[in-house]
Amino acid sequence: MNSLELSSLYQLTMVRFRLLLREPEAIFWTFIFPILLAVGLGIAFRNRPADVLQVGATTTQLTQALNADKGLTAATLDESAGTHALATGSILLLAIQRPDGVAYKFDDTNPDARTARLLVDRAIQTAAGRREAVRPENELVHETGARFIDFVVPGLLGMNLMGSAMWGLGFSIVEARQKKLLKRLVASPMLRWQYLMSFLLSRLAMLVVEVAVFLEFARVAFGVPFRGSLAQLGLLCVLTSLAFSALGLLVASRARTTEAVSGLMNLVMLPMWILSGVFFSATRFPAAIQPLVRALPLTAAIDALRGNMLQGMNLGQLLTPVGILLAWFVVPFAVSLRIFRWR
Amino acid sequence: MRDGDRVRQGSQAATVPASGPALLLRGLRKSFGDVKAVDGLDLEVARGECFGLLGPNGAGKTTTIEICEGLTAPDAGSVELLGLNWGSGSSELRQRIGIQLQETQFPDKLTLDETLRLFRSFFKRGISVDQSIETAQLEEKRKSRVGGLSGGQKQRLAMACALVGDPELLFLDEPTTGLDPQARRHLWDLVDGLKQAGRTIILTTHYMEEAERLCDRVAIMDHGKAIALGTPQQLIATVGGEDIVEFAVSSGEAGSHPANHAVIDVDLLRAIPGVQSLNVDEGLHRLFVSELHTTVPRIFAVLREQGLHMSEFRTHSASLEDVFVRLTGRNLRDE
Repeated sequence: MNSLELSSLYQLTMVRFRLLLREPEAIFWTFIFPILLAVGLGIAFRNRPADVLQVGATTTQLTQALNADKGLTAATLDESAGTHALATGSILLLAIQRPDGVAYKFDDTNPDARTARLLVDRAIQTAAGRREAVRPENELVHETGARFIDFVVPGLLGMNLMGSAMWGLGFSIVEARQKKLLKRLVASPMLRWQYLMSFLLSRLAMLVVEVAVFLEFARVAFGVPFRGSLAQLGLLCVLTSLAFSALGLLVASRARTTEAVSGLMNLVMLPMWILSGVFFSATRFPAAIQPLVRALPLTAAIDALRGNMLQGMNLGQLLTPVGILLAWFVVPFAVSLRIFRWR
Repeated sequence: MRDGDRVRQGSQAATVPASGPALLLRGLRKSFGDVKAVDGLDLEVARGECFGLLGPNGAGKTTTIEICEGLTAPDAGSVELLGLNWGSGSSELRQRIGIQLQETQFPDKLTLDETLRLFRSFFKRGISVDQSIETAQLEEKRKSRVGGLSGGQKQRLAMACALVGDPELLFLDEPTTGLDPQARRHLWDLVDGLKQAGRTIILTTHYMEEAERLCDRVAIMDHGKAIALGTPQQLIATVGGEDIVEFAVSSGEAGSHPANHAVIDVDLLRAIPGVQSLNVDEGLHRLFVSELHTTVPRIFAVLREQGLHMSEFRTHSASLEDVFVRLTGRNLRDE
């Protein structure tokens, strides 16, 4: 046997790899799921030539006026059929002819419906003879980096780093505890720090593959931009993974059953799925809860990743999120080492 | 024994002359809530000895062995292994002892070989993975995944994991519980081999045959205390009689209802030479006898004289089970 073979840290780390690679579900969630999600979102939110909005009108005269606008397609409906179509979402707005003018029926909390309101009003006013006071001209730009897919890729990356680190540590540790394997290991001369370190090492090695595959896919398939330093992006991914590994360790440090730890893990991750701005900007939440939102590790991770990839910011400009991530690494790690149940 | 010899070559226990007991327990106590799992236990196990803790489930065997293994802290009392204690000598002790726990599930998706390489890597010195696989007689399974092993094979893997560090002192907690008779005998042969290699072995069991077959000395435990201590032969001798004769009688002719037990005048039985003691339990007469071959014909003669018909009759050699029954009034397996 050579010296590597006799190194317990090497053996522990290899065991982690073997167990992960022999678990088809883990491979799916770690490598395939984020790509499927990116594909799905990329298709759903691909940038089409400006959308044609579906609207309805109660008279053929109005319908003709609306169809004259390239941004609208209109159907003639009576008021009750139109209201129903509105309620089911098949039209965004219903223009109703009234004796004294036109009434627009639409949902003003829906941005598309508000756009429809502007277009419909313009079309009807134009048909009625209104002329532009100022002559406008459109210059269209479709810049990469400002699209939804560009926004969501760093979000998905952060979310994936969170999931794989937390499940990778939390679940495996509690499973070993439940099966009394942890107790057996502790009964051997194994060094405890090496056991925990083997999780971090295997996580970091997996991270290289996981991040590279996902980001390369995003670059090739969607042309997502990488404006910041790639080395710094790698560092941010490592830091994110370490912070969530520490959190996973903390969640797993006392739980005795895999059912218990699964529940805890979802409890910890759920607020971040909602609040941390994976799919939309976290700044949309009310100011009152912003300090909480900002302090979450996933918010910090995603902010930092977006800063690097989309705005080309360097680490010096990302000190706040980096500091938050560091704190989320150090504090849970220290606490879990103190309260860890080794048997 | 082939495997025993091989183990002996690398065994520290056989090469380093050691003094002092392998294990010394003094005034050990441990409670879980209101339950006194271990209630004032003193034990001494000599080097090279195979020592058994025998008792029903819940007697405190596992708690005791886990305190010895440094996995549970006692409430009171002292533990000394190989002259070391768990306070200051724990990292050295971990290197020098081998442990098999009652229920360890090794990862199903690792192969046997990978599992043993992992455990081997924890020890500074020890036997090779190949040697441990040979000792546990798992050669044909070395590339199989743990999930595909039978119960007996898993138990032998656990044993191999306990052996890779070539321990001087080996702890086996219920090594054959849940195994079929054949797998059990297989494991006994393995322990025999280890004994012959001069290793100190401490095992717990609730199978009296196992303790009789494997152990040089046995402590019978009940409610956290050692209620008897000695070699299996010594303990059995305390029963008063080498053999047990059990029978039931019915008064009438053959064919009368078997549940209709009659009771015989016990003084007549007591008067038979060779009957050391007896008790009657729900119509079942249990006689502890020293001269089975001469005593049994006399028992038959007494019954004939009394006009009684024998409805049940059996004899067996006195066992540790009988010791436990005599000391506690309960059967080992009732629990």
